[in-house]
Amino acid sequence: MGIFTVSPSPHEHAGQSVSKLMYGVLLALLPAFLVSVWVFGIGALIITATAMASCMLFEFLIQKYLIKGKTTVADGSALITGALLAFCLPSNLPLWMVILGSLVAIGIGKMSFGGLGNNPFNPALVGRVFLFVSFPVQMTRWPEPLVNRFAYLDATTGATSLGLMKEGMKNGEKIAGILKEIPAYIDLFLGKIGGSTGEVAAVALLIGLVYMLARKIISWHIPVSILLTVAVFTGILWLANPEKNPDPLFHLLSGGLMLGAIFMATDYVTSPMNVRGMWIYGIMIGIITVIIRIFGSYPEGVQFAILIMNAFTPLINRYVKPRRFGEKTGNG
Amino acid sequence: MRTFPLGGIHPPENKLTAGSGIRQLPVPGQVNIPIYQHIGAPPKIIVERGQEVLVGQLLASGEVFISAGVHSSVSGKVVKIENVTDISGYKRTAVVINVEGDRWMDSIDRSPALVKKIKPDSQEIIQTILKMGIVGMGGATFPTHVKLSLPRGKKAEYLLVNGSECEPYLTSDNVLMMEKADEILCGATITMKALKVKRAIIGIEANKRDAIDHLRECAAKYQGIEVQELKVKYPQGGEKQLIKAVTRREVPSGALPIDVGAVVFNVSTMFAVYEAVQKNKPLFERVVTISGKYLENPGNYLVRIGTPVSALIDAAGGMPENTGKVISGGPMMGKALNSLDVPVIKGTSGVTLLSGEESRRKEMQNCIRCTRCVTVCPMGLEPYLLMALGEKEQFERMEHEKAMDCIECGSCSYICPSSRPLLDYIRLGKSEINKMRRARKK
Repeated sequence: MGIFTVSPSPHEHAGQSVSKLMYGVLLALLPAFLVSVWVFGIGALIITATAMASCMLFEFLIQKYLIKGKTTVADGSALITGALLAFCLPSNLPLWMVILGSLVAIGIGKMSFGGLGNNPFNPALVGRVFLFVSFPVQMTRWPEPLVNRFAYLDATTGATSLGLMKEGMKNGEKIAGILKEIPAYIDLFLGKIGGSTGEVAAVALLIGLVYMLARKIISWHIPVSILLTVAVFTGILWLANPEKNPDPLFHLLSGGLMLGAIFMATDYVTSPMNVRGMWIYGIMIGIITVIIRIFGSYPEGVQFAILIMNAFTPLINRYVKPRRFGEKTGNG
Repeated sequence: MRTFPLGGIHPPENKLTAGSGIRQLPVPGQVNIPIYQHIGAPPKIIVERGQEVLVGQLLASGEVFISAGVHSSVSGKVVKIENVTDISGYKRTAVVINVEGDRWMDSIDRSPALVKKIKPDSQEIIQTILKMGIVGMGGATFPTHVKLSLPRGKKAEYLLVNGSECEPYLTSDNVLMMEKADEILCGATITMKALKVKRAIIGIEANKRDAIDHLRECAAKYQGIEVQELKVKYPQGGEKQLIKAVTRREVPSGALPIDVGAVVFNVSTMFAVYEAVQKNKPLFERVVTISGKYLENPGNYLVRIGTPVSALIDAAGGMPENTGKVISGGPMMGKALNSLDVPVIKGTSGVTLLSGEESRRKEMQNCIRCTRCVTVCPMGLEPYLLMALGEKEQFERMEHEKAMDCIECGSCSYICPSSRPLLDYIRLGKSEINKMRRARKK
């Protein structure tokens, strides 16, 4: 008769693991990646592969030689950071910038706080914002869709739909006139537009969302609260003045909103820990995004909105508590 | 279908023994009857070494209100009164009896005939239950007479009978409901009389279809008892979860079920109440499930209290070679045993064997703040936070964050993708908070 294991209950485990969740998210990113290759060609391929590989490498090097601890590089979280970073960069960005962005994302955004689980800000967004403020010119030259499949650095570039909208609105043009220069909504939905590598195809990102919901990798609260808030907020502005403000559908299908709402804001580590908090977080991201888009100087605001709300997440967790059992008492 | 609103999980049910009827486990050659089998004060031993005892004879009597007597489950000679390892893993006082024959006290009615007519009044019922050593048999082992003696000013509206048996593997309540439905219903009627309530509701999880149908059919013959089907979700059998599912009332933090007018007993306890009041039989045997994926012959046995767990395992075909863990109870809330000599007690509803592979915990990783523990917590707590506070020994804040509301169902540790020992730290916090509270009272 052998020796028995004695440990406190429970003695059973669901079998879920960090790496299973992370590879689940990566799989959910696959449709958006495939569309990005179809839209932007080898550029998308090159920068996505580079970002993912460098994020892995930097995490490994930092854990092995700086922290001198256990390496957790196989858990898949660095791959997600790499993929998400690449997805919010233009596909014609020079390699060294992609690598530098990966170093900032992993080194400063993640490892400096103690690695997975401890970072206050979404690492991919830290890398993206670093590149955006350091290299504003290169970061806002957007390759044209579909025509650059075999061009990388020499891709022909154009404006994004949000950029055109911002420019037009600034010049006081009517929305109907601006929309004539912008691809049809169905093209926005399918991704046949200029923009960051992985953000263009709303449909592919939504497929990823459905997959993550079906596998219970994330809950619906954050993406739904963000998209709903943007729709309601822009809807009010549009109804108030349809000549000066684009309709909600335009906002939902443009820029990095879908990518942000589905994959960036839902990052476990940097988002609130209960449903009540998630609603507050999502609604605030939606509001800040719209404020930046309509009233700010940048055409897109979702990444800043997410980073700002990342900063508020600890505060939300501290004061917004889940509904406790027995909170409302004796109400038959 | 009714259930509790917050959290919950769906562990594999593994009810391997749901279809196997109750068999009598042979009386072993020796029993170790722990005198401390319940919550409350230990009873005082009233037998001596060398004394001859009969089945059903009192060995130790509860001297204070929150305590319960312990009776002999066998006839024979008391050979020793010594400390033996019980399910807690500690050595505690037990009466060791060498079995000779199977002579029962004459006062016990051994006929199988159902006695439906309830003669004693409310006070007499409670007195009998106290005398017969009845305690809650769902696992908590709280003395039954204490729960029946309502505090001044409190009034019970419902008797809730817990037949949900949400713990994986265990089927002892299930088979008891199938084979002793009338006795359970009669026990519930007795309990209703003791509590002076007009309504009783038996809650059963939907995976026990046979039991629901059978009990519902039998309940038609009894006044005021109904059967409520409940959704299959762990921990449906948690006392507060059951009350919420059946009555829609939430027991407030720190309060008792009676504060919302409910008193909850397990179906096995109802059976014991029936036997005590109608058959004059003390609680000295119970139905125990012996289960495990690798057992040759898992089943449900009627076992005398004090029988070593090893006798149950032998009856089930012997210990499988790959056994890594022996649990008293089920895999979610049961206690891992460090010895096979540990005796079956009043609260032992089952023994579960896990293989070495099933019984090892995975290596802990960083918390990735995925919120799963918060989502599954049936009490609306934040296990990740409680663990973090426990690690930092911030017990005051743990108390503020309602650590004491934790029912220790283990859903958080079960679900955690980082395999973090959340419940271990919450338990640590609870015991430290209890210490602080005792110190504050002084």
